[in-house]
Amino acid sequence: MIAAAEVHVAIELTVNARPASFTGDPSMPLLWYLRDHAHLTGTKFGCGIGYCGACTVHVDGVAARACVTPMSALGGRTVTTIEGLAAGEALHAVQQAWIEEDVPQCGYCQAGQIMAAVDLLKRRSAPTDADIATLTNLCRCGTYPRIRKAIRRAAAQLKAAQT
Amino acid sequence: MSVVGIVGVVSAVSDASAAGAAATASAAGTRPALTRREFLQVSVSAAGGLAVSLVMPALAAAEGATRPKLPPAVNQPLGSFVRIEPDGRIVIGARGCELGQGVRTSLPMLIAEELDVPWLAVTVEQLPYGLVASADPPGVASRYGPQGAGGSTSIPDAWHELRQVGARARWLLVQAAAHEWRESAKALRTEDAHVVHPDGRRLSYAQLALRAAALIPPEGEVPMKERSACRIIGHPTRVADGRDIVTGAAAYGIDAALPGALTVLIARCPYFDGSLGELDDAQARRIPGVRQVVTIPPPRAGAPLDRNLAAGVAVVADDFWSAHRGREALRIRWTAGPGAKDSSAALEQRAAAAFGKGGLIARRDGDFAAARRSAARVIERTYVEPFLAHATMEPPNALIDLKADRALLMASLQSPGGASRMINAMTGIPRPDIEIRLPRTGGGFGRRLENDFVAEAVLVAQKVGAPVKVLWTREDDLQNDFYRPFGVHRLGAALDATGRVTGWSHRVAATARKWRAADMEDETDWIGCVDRDGFPAGCVGNYLAEFLPVDFQLARGWWRAPLPTFAAFPIESFLDELAHEAGQDPLALRLVLLGAPRELDYRDHGGPKFHTGRLAEVLRRAAREIGFGRKLPPRHGVGLASHFTHGGYAAHAIEVAVSRQGELDIVRCVCAADVGAIVNPLGLETQFMGGTIDGLSTAL
Repeated sequence: MIAAAEVHVAIELTVNARPASFTGDPSMPLLWYLRDHAHLTGTKFGCGIGYCGACTVHVDGVAARACVTPMSALGGRTVTTIEGLAAGEALHAVQQAWIEEDVPQCGYCQAGQIMAAVDLLKRRSAPTDADIATLTNLCRCGTYPRIRKAIRRAAAQLKAAQT
Repeated sequence: MSVVGIVGVVSAVSDASAAGAAATASAAGTRPALTRREFLQVSVSAAGGLAVSLVMPALAAAEGATRPKLPPAVNQPLGSFVRIEPDGRIVIGARGCELGQGVRTSLPMLIAEELDVPWLAVTVEQLPYGLVASADPPGVASRYGPQGAGGSTSIPDAWHELRQVGARARWLLVQAAAHEWRESAKALRTEDAHVVHPDGRRLSYAQLALRAAALIPPEGEVPMKERSACRIIGHPTRVADGRDIVTGAAAYGIDAALPGALTVLIARCPYFDGSLGELDDAQARRIPGVRQVVTIPPPRAGAPLDRNLAAGVAVVADDFWSAHRGREALRIRWTAGPGAKDSSAALEQRAAAAFGKGGLIARRDGDFAAARRSAARVIERTYVEPFLAHATMEPPNALIDLKADRALLMASLQSPGGASRMINAMTGIPRPDIEIRLPRTGGGFGRRLENDFVAEAVLVAQKVGAPVKVLWTREDDLQNDFYRPFGVHRLGAALDATGRVTGWSHRVAATARKWRAADMEDETDWIGCVDRDGFPAGCVGNYLAEFLPVDFQLARGWWRAPLPTFAAFPIESFLDELAHEAGQDPLALRLVLLGAPRELDYRDHGGPKFHTGRLAEVLRRAAREIGFGRKLPPRHGVGLASHFTHGGYAAHAIEVAVSRQGELDIVRCVCAADVGAIVNPLGLETQFMGGTIDGLSTAL
């Protein structure tokens, strides 16, 4: 039984490099906190069960499915969404590669695709086809061939920037 | 299954017309081709520049109509097709619903080409739905022409019309320069957003904008560029709002917000045509953030499904999570409807039984039964296609602010006109007072040709008295769709002693697409289920296409237009099996059947003609690119398929490796397409790759 006046201990977290505080239902998924409370709507709702990946964000720099990540797990953690990926006007190499390879069609899944790709490139700086195939984000438009090309382009770009 | 490589090969074999489909502009076969007369509307933009739009008389007053006189209030621009500001900004309006088919890019490209401005200097702005009141003739007028997305008609509808918009705006700017220089307009030319004098002087469009806005627009058509002079049309162009998409700034229907808007989740009746029995919402109302619980009525049993699909209990809350918890806490007893006993087993039994009865003859040439009797050989196969859900990445949603005398709708739509008519019918609000904004849409595939989710928003808003945003979860979407029809296809071929196909029979027992659809009264009963004039119709003397309706209560809709996907799969599969069984080459068999290049009648959407030579050419091209007939590694094979639909011709050649465990690996896929003139080659490539991948994932 839930009381009408529901009060919870504040959850303090960092969202896109800014401090944030949440006092609502701790079982609320991060996705709905981002969309309805932080008004960061770039992270998308696709399935609600962590399957499609449209809601992929980074928690402490690692890809996570926001629709199945409860707010209760986020005290003291750092969340980065698609809105926080670019450094001001300068796009992340993955975002730039996405534009250059003209990846999006409807574009709805692409924020999640990009966040998953950024995470992959942190783990594998020169990903193989098999590495890229470990990404499980779904796209109903079928942009997969260009996603693959864009990840390779971004990998080359990041490597060039390092040397 | 893994796709190792996909190669898109686009062959514009016949380039004679702006898409073979240009002559036919009807959505999914349900809309007659329109002959419109449109009028240029020229005004000064808010910033003191030039604004150019069109006004088209409403459908009732079509050809020969006079220019509609608009009351002053609606002359305030909702947006324009072309806006040239004194500061040099060139803004081009995108009229279509962008679902991923690229119209927010390709349609403005048509205008920019004839306006003669560099594409990179253009800012694309989405236009809202442009229905306005017209004082004379009384009624409604359209500011932007067709804005829905269906039936592959966006480019054919726009090809001439939007190039004329650009050309006429350019004409105004040239006239303005001619006045300025006291020179004949004929002596002037344009380039890169400038008018150029024969002596080399230049005036920018920005400098000319205000003067151009004062001119009387041209009556009727103005000349347009030769194709060889095009610098935008036919050149690969990236999506116009790519940066917004990759930064999360692009707004979709689900992202729409209004102050005070409440979020709504609906528990829907799980029985077809069922209704609400008992409801206990006491627990739900106690969830923090839940504001109200309201009920919505079911569609009338058996009546057209032109509003909501199911009875429901709507939880109205401050945010998604409260609404979700509230919906989970509802205790509902539903009353089963007349379709409650329908099941997969019943469906299969009814389909099998349908073959024992006579069906509707969609086309009969010669006498298939006689050809079968006298055949040296008869080959038959059966193919079964299941109901398919659309599963758009973005689930349905609708935000509506309903006032007594006006409404604002923000939703991911494919048919804003349908939404406008529905809101009008449900509320009595005049259509010009229903404002509809068109955010990006996370996929359509035909799902959003239905506006049932808009009807739900209206029904809830009428009870709540605040703006409401109805959201669907994925479960809601998969359980409450307008599915592609289910069908059992029985195909038969009669062959003579030389192996020539002398008879062809295609009998389809299917759940009719035309079912409880008020907008399809004029259509044939088999629309969406039988491709009566599709290949090999007209190429075999004794030909039979028959439709056997199967009764079932699940709602049916257009799924990437059901006919091409529904009909091509069994027909092309059968052609291949037939060839292999008869010991013939699958390519040669198709080419022999297609015969001499010629036009055949094609009465359905995409007609009125089908050209056998264009289909043969894409087949040959796909076969050549994949090296059809070469020696293949063990356990590899190449399959071919081709299809004419929506005025376009396409062929696939796919090399597949089959493991000893029976797993398929797609080694290479070649797609050849002939869709006439191509506006954006990059967009075309993404469409064919995406369509190919969707087709493979559906078939496998």
